[in-house]
Parts: sequence; structure tokens; C-alpha cells
Amino acid sequence: MSVTAAGEAPPRPGPMPWLRARLDDAWLETRVARTLVLDVPGWAGNDAGQHVDVRLTAEDGYTAQRTYSIASAPEPGRMALTVQRVGDGEASPYLVEEMRPGDELEVRGPIGGWFRWDAAWPEPVLLVGGGSGVVPLMAMIRERVRAGSRVPFHLVYSVRTPDLVIYTNELFALSRTTPGLRVDRLYSRAGLPDVARPPGRLGRDDLPPVTATAVPPRVYVCGPNGFVENATRHLQDLGHDAADIRTERFGPSS
Amino acid sequence: MNVVSRGFVGRRRDRDPRIPPGQYPERDFPVLSAGPTANVPLDRWRLDLTGADGTSRSLSWADLMALPSERITTDIHCVTKWTKLDTTWRGVPVRTVLGDVGDARYALVHSSGGYTTNLPLADLVERDAWVAFEYDGRPLHPEHGGPARLLVPHLYFWKSAKWLSGIELRHQDTPGFWERLGYHDYGDPWREQRYAGDG
Ligand SMILES: Cc1cc2nc3c(=O)[nH]c(=O)nc-3n(C[C@H](O)[C@H](O)[C@H](O)COP(=O)(O)OP(=O)(O)OC[C@H]3O[C@@H](n4cnc5c(N)ncnc54)[C@H](O)[C@@H]3O)c2cc1C
Repeated sequence: MSVTAAGEAPPRPGPMPWLRARLDDAWLETRVARTLVLDVPGWAGNDAGQHVDVRLTAEDGYTAQRTYSIASAPEPGRMALTVQRVGDGEASPYLVEEMRPGDELEVRGPIGGWFRWDAAWPEPVLLVGGGSGVVPLMAMIRERVRAGSRVPFHLVYSVRTPDLVIYTNELFALSRTTPGLRVDRLYSRAGLPDVARPPGRLGRDDLPPVTATAVPPRVYVCGPNGFVENATRHLQDLGHDAADIRTERFGPSS
Repeated sequence: MNVVSRGFVGRRRDRDPRIPPGQYPERDFPVLSAGPTANVPLDRWRLDLTGADGTSRSLSWADLMALPSERITTDIHCVTKWTKLDTTWRGVPVRTVLGDVGDARYALVHSSGGYTTNLPLADLVERDAWVAFEYDGRPLHPEHGGPARLLVPHLYFWKSAKWLSGIELRHQDTPGFWERLGYHDYGDPWREQRYAGDG
């Protein structure tokens, strides 16, 4: 334990309890991704970009814990998660396919003091998401709208194919109605007939240089590890300082 | 008592006693970092060692390679819930790197890029801890902290700082990067010390 100059221990945060959460509503975002809206009595709220630990318990006491980003703008007592099913996974197939309104699980958090955005911050924001990595970035976009922030926001969102775009309607509507919010979508495997960019993984030309905004943006990159590695390399080539780039990596390294 | 999730069955494999509570086995090797991967060329690699009295010295890559290294097989545990069993490494024991540590009680470990993490010094010199530079028989990949990272298998893996650049000995404990952002000061996986305030 650390000791201050006066010899007193600094205040320590109290334990973070598991909270009972009840599924209130749920809908599919794509064939493989589902948003779960949870009522969580006692949940104090969070910052956009933070995540929770989720605990699932079977009838015989067997448990599994996983981490999920909060998708909704911060709100006491309630949160939305968006889970994308991993083929041979243990927790995500249950959350996407089995869990019904009224069913319960446990959450604890908020966790993550680094990959978060506060609407009081004045810098422009560049969001770079791959696949389900869009989830914490969407929370930031929703929070910008909720708080009425005017800072420039630019989302570059890469998915394999158009049917895997999460939040497709909401992103389309927001990009039309929110001044200062730009949304670019990229397809890495197969695109749409009216999209000029040939499908392919995120390249340097898909990202804005550091000079695209008057002051360098805060950059948030989230997705599978290969996506994050590739994106952060291009961003640094485009002049973004490593210290301005925050990353969150979901899933395996391949 | 836990809240039961109706319809959740789980994978039901035999519980491996090497896997701490709340963890699941992972065959892949996920990458977790707060920012971009650092790339440190070997000819610019330095390990700064600072004593609690402020004296310091610096090791070059050649200096590190000249020290006796060990082959290690160990399990590693990430606070994001995965455990990887039987990983193999090569590294120099931290006690060999540090030598005489005087009466210091804590270490603040530094990485290229500014990351820090704190540990009781005893966990580095009296228990198994290495400056690791090989993984699975090959030079440690930059994504995983190459050219050299700390390897402290008995604590959650955020303590095993990647892109190791300095070990600073101190009389007093000073929280590092994640420790200041809400993670546990010590981080014992067997006691599930994930976040500040956990038992
Ligand atoms: C900070 C953080 C935030 C996260 N937020 C979200 C989120 O908002 N939405 C979301 O859907 N997921 C998120 N994840 C990933 C999530 O925690 C789980 O890893 C994922 O749901 C798979 O769990 P599972 O139990 O279904 O699969 P497991 O049983 O854990 O894994 C089965 C196999 O799938 C592989 N695998 C594990 N995770 C992934 C993945 N994400 N993609 C592809 N393959 C994988 C494993 O290597 C393993 O071989 C987040 C992870 C972290 C660390």
C-alpha cells in the first residue's frame, strides 16, 4: 500500500460489487450480433467507452465471466451491451441466442479508466472500429449527441460485409442529422455495388491525416487485434502521435 | 449466492486445477495494450536500473545477452479472464539483472511509451520473475512486448510490463498506469485481485 508524505494511507476505493441485472429488452443488430438492454438496480453510471464484467451462472453453480463494452450513453440503473456471437464460444452464443427478457445475469463495473470519453473534453475525436469493436465507439457517439457536444467526431468503421454492420440505421440517421459527425464505412471482404472503394482491409488512405482537424484528435481504435495493429500503424504514418492513440483489443491475436 | 442465468449451461469441461477462479483457458495468445505497439530496435534497447538511493546504471542488449538465461515453462493469467497454460520463454532472472537491491522494498517498472506498473520488490527477486526475450523458441514479437518484457507469472499479466525500459527501486510503493486507473495494487490471480478494493 502506498503511503503519503504525511504517513497516512490514501483513501482506497471500496470493493466493486456484482450487481443483479435483468434483461429488459433485446434485439438483433445483425444475424450474429444482439443488443441486450439490462436493468441494473444500483448501477451508478459510467463514462462512454468503459466496459463491464459479466458473470453467467448455471443452475449447478458453474460460472463463466467475460468482458463487454457498454454500448449505451451513460445512464444510472440501465445499460445496453451489444454482443457478437463467436462461433465456438461459451458466453456469446448464450447472450445472442438464448437469453430472454426477464432472465438475469450479474455485472460489475464500470471498468476501464483509459479507453473512455468525456463530453467536457474539447478536442476533436477520431474513432476507428473493426467489427464488434464499434460498440464502445457507439457509446461515445451516443454520449456526444446526448450531451450536446459540438466537437468534430469522425468514425471510420470497417466490417467484412454489409450485412455485418451493427447500428446501421442509427448510424445512417445520425450521420445525416448531427452536424460535425462524419461516418465512413469500409468493407473488407465484399462491398455494395454503389460503393466505389474496392473491398479490402483498412488502408492508409481510409484514415484522415493528423492535419484533418485544427488540433490533433484524440484517437480511439477498437477491434480484433490484427485490425488494431494495422490501424495504429497507419495512423502513426499519418502523423498521429502514439500518445494520442488509445486502443482496446477484443478477441484473439490472429 | 450467485444469480442463476436461466438456460446458461456453459462448456462444462473438466476444471483444470491450474486455472484460477474466473479465468478460462485460451489456446491463442491475445494482445492487450493501452496504445500502439512499440517498436524498439535492439541497438537502441536500454534497461535503466535505478536504486532507491538514486544511483543508476544501464544495460545494453549485449549486456543482457551476456547474463545467464533460463528456459521457462509457465502458465500466464490475464485480468481480462484468459489463462494460457504451459507457455515457454527464455529470460534472465530479475535477481540476476538487479544484483544487490539494498533496502528497497518496491519496484516501479517502466516501459517504452510511458507505461508503468508497481510490484513489491520481493515478488521480483524472491519469487520467479524474469526479463524475457524469447517466446515459444523465437525472439519475442513486438506485439507481445519484444524485444524484452518482464515475466512475473504469479501475478496478473498487466504486471509483466511489455517493452521493458527501466526498473526503479523505491522505499515506498507508487501505483503504476493501470493501478492508478482502478486495477488492483498487487494482482494475485488466485485471490482474484482484479480491481482496486478486491480482497
Ligand atoms: C475490454 C473488452 C471489451 C469487449 N467488448 C465486447 C463487446 O462489446 N462485444 C462483443 O461481442 N465482445 C466484446 N469483447 C469480447 C468478449 O469479452 C468475448 O471474448 C467474446 O464474446 C467471446 O466470448 P465467448 O465466451 O463466446 O468465446 P470463448 O469461449 O471465450 O472463445 C471461443 C473461441 O473464440 C475465440 N474468441 C474469443 N473472443 C473472440 C472475439 N471477440 N472474436 C473472435 N474470436 C474470439 C477464442 O480465441 C476461442 O478460441 C470484449 C473483450 C474485451 C477484452
